[in-house]
Amino acid sequence: MPKPSFTLKKLPHEAGLGLLTLLLLAAVTIAFPSFIHIGNLKSLFDDTALLIMFAIGEMFVLLTRGVDLSVAANAALTGMVVALFNAAHPGLGIVPVLVISIAMGAALGLFNGLLAWKFRVPSIVATLGTLSVYRGLVYVASGGAWVNSGQMSPLFLSFVRAPVLGISVLSWIAIIVAVLAFLFLRYTVSGRNLYAAGNNPNAAGYAGIDVGRMQCLAFILSGAIAGLAGYLWVARFAVAYTDVASGFELQVIAACVIGGVSITGGVGGVVGVVIGALFLGIIKNALPVVGISPFFQMAVSGLVITIAVILNAGTYRKSHGRRILERAEAGP
Amino acid sequence: MSTVSRPFVARDSGRVPFTWRKLLRWESLLALVVLADFLLNTRLSPYFLDPWTLSDASFNFTERAIVALPMAFLIIMGEIDISVGSTMALASVLMGMVAAAGFGTPIVVVTGIVVGFFAGCFNAVLVTVFRVPSIVATIGTLSLFRGIAYALVGDRVLKAYHPNFAYFGQGYVVGPISFELVLFLVLAVIFAIILHTTVIGRRIFAIGANPIAARLSGLRVDSYKFWIFALLGTMAGLASVLLTSRLGSTRPSIATGWELEIITMVILGGISIDGGQGSILGVVLAALLIGLVTFGLSLLNVPGIVLAIITGGLLIGVVALSAALGYSGKRRRH
Repeated sequence: MPKPSFTLKKLPHEAGLGLLTLLLLAAVTIAFPSFIHIGNLKSLFDDTALLIMFAIGEMFVLLTRGVDLSVAANAALTGMVVALFNAAHPGLGIVPVLVISIAMGAALGLFNGLLAWKFRVPSIVATLGTLSVYRGLVYVASGGAWVNSGQMSPLFLSFVRAPVLGISVLSWIAIIVAVLAFLFLRYTVSGRNLYAAGNNPNAAGYAGIDVGRMQCLAFILSGAIAGLAGYLWVARFAVAYTDVASGFELQVIAACVIGGVSITGGVGGVVGVVIGALFLGIIKNALPVVGISPFFQMAVSGLVITIAVILNAGTYRKSHGRRILERAEAGP
Repeated sequence: MSTVSRPFVARDSGRVPFTWRKLLRWESLLALVVLADFLLNTRLSPYFLDPWTLSDASFNFTERAIVALPMAFLIIMGEIDISVGSTMALASVLMGMVAAAGFGTPIVVVTGIVVGFFAGCFNAVLVTVFRVPSIVATIGTLSLFRGIAYALVGDRVLKAYHPNFAYFGQGYVVGPISFELVLFLVLAVIFAIILHTTVIGRRIFAIGANPIAARLSGLRVDSYKFWIFALLGTMAGLASVLLTSRLGSTRPSIATGWELEIITMVILGGISIDGGQGSILGVVLAALLIGLVTFGLSLLNVPGIVLAIITGGLLIGVVALSAALGYSGKRRRH
């Protein structure tokens, strides 16, 4: 159970962030009225859907005091594998593709999780390593070749674009993932345990929560979502190659940090992360409209992350100077 | 270069006491592996033992290794910086712009080093003034620095360098011994002396072993952290001078992913990711090993992306192994 003050503090952050996002949207709209056009908003959400999914997965890991740098590489590898699978067996339909992408993503996440849990490798080191291992394996899997839209079955490609109730399946999947993550974190014992494990590992250990195991679970969830997003990414852009989503993990972490997820664990929620991702998505989509070169995209997200971590520095200060206690983590 | 035997710092119960013999074993093991790889390369290619081939092999790792030395200091202190690759890109881009503006080589070199210094200071301010955990701060600056590099250059290539600028990355001091290699060896000796024989070095170990105790003992922990971050940035700037000079051109994508290889060198060199232990000799050997492995595989025409699998695997394997053998303590809060 979080302290009441934590709940009180969380609400203003998300409300403030929501307000800021709306202001940003309003500012762009005043300059370029066509930006608020319903078709444009749909494509904006479509563009941001993948970031939302990745960021929710990343949030699970951040909540447990870890960090997962391998999400984009995981998506690239899983996306390549399902693309190759689809090219080899185009007649099998979409269900096996979805199953393979989620299962494989989860397996890659499990590998990270086991490194962090069983081998006590700090997650930053583990995922920095797996980032390049997974990225290299994409090359090995495909022999360096691209899988193009011509090799993918029509269903594989059209599934993500199919409109349901006015918005695409891709957007729906992001919404479903967000709702499930919200319910999981709020109403299940495991979800509450994730917060407990990250907020105060010692106390969680005494309460009978296995902190390492919770971190492993977070990595599996993060991996499963990244794997699913990998298929969606490949299908949406109709190509699979080694550098799919290269460097995207930084935007994912940016969305989380902006959304109020604390890297020191135990603080953050789905609502904030979704708004944080939308905030970045609006910036990304507004840059070309406003006439700024897309080369500024990275600088802008870097600046936004840096400002966000400085603004959130107050939350880090609380835990600063408790490192002796933190180190004596309750083991299994 | 002797290894240092630190007084045992009880960080938590259940931790195997650290002894210098163990460290020595780790480094002896590294040296053996380096030797084995050297012999293997000799078998693989008849040209390998040629002094010029060996000289070419040295270009493979010296630039990264120069950044790995101060990175070792930082990791021993219990901090980390994953923005070094981006710092190099930013320094390289600004050097390219200064060169394009018609300035001479000395100004270009100074620009690269100064940009690196300021980038390091920026990280240092985030960590010591704003109290942002270093991993978070440098994830932010990783995209900020490279983002600025992209914003300044876009997809253009800067190559208006004066011909004499090429010396730093392509020049030779004596015969086949390159300027880069000499610079790296000199720096390695300086860093080893600082870390293992001076008060500064002892304090770096003390801060890494227990930052709270170090602060309570009157060490200026924050000021140490600040200057080590600044030093790391400066060295990344210097490495950027070498790399830019060797390539003769600048793109914003320069040195992408180098932070992984640099951190791998440090960890493989026996520097504990938990801070508080390690030696420069280990880092030098690890740099040598990675250089030899990379070069040996490139002799076999293995593509670079596959080398990334090996680098990543080495990093994970070494940390997992050292944890399993009880080298490192408990997990650091990251």
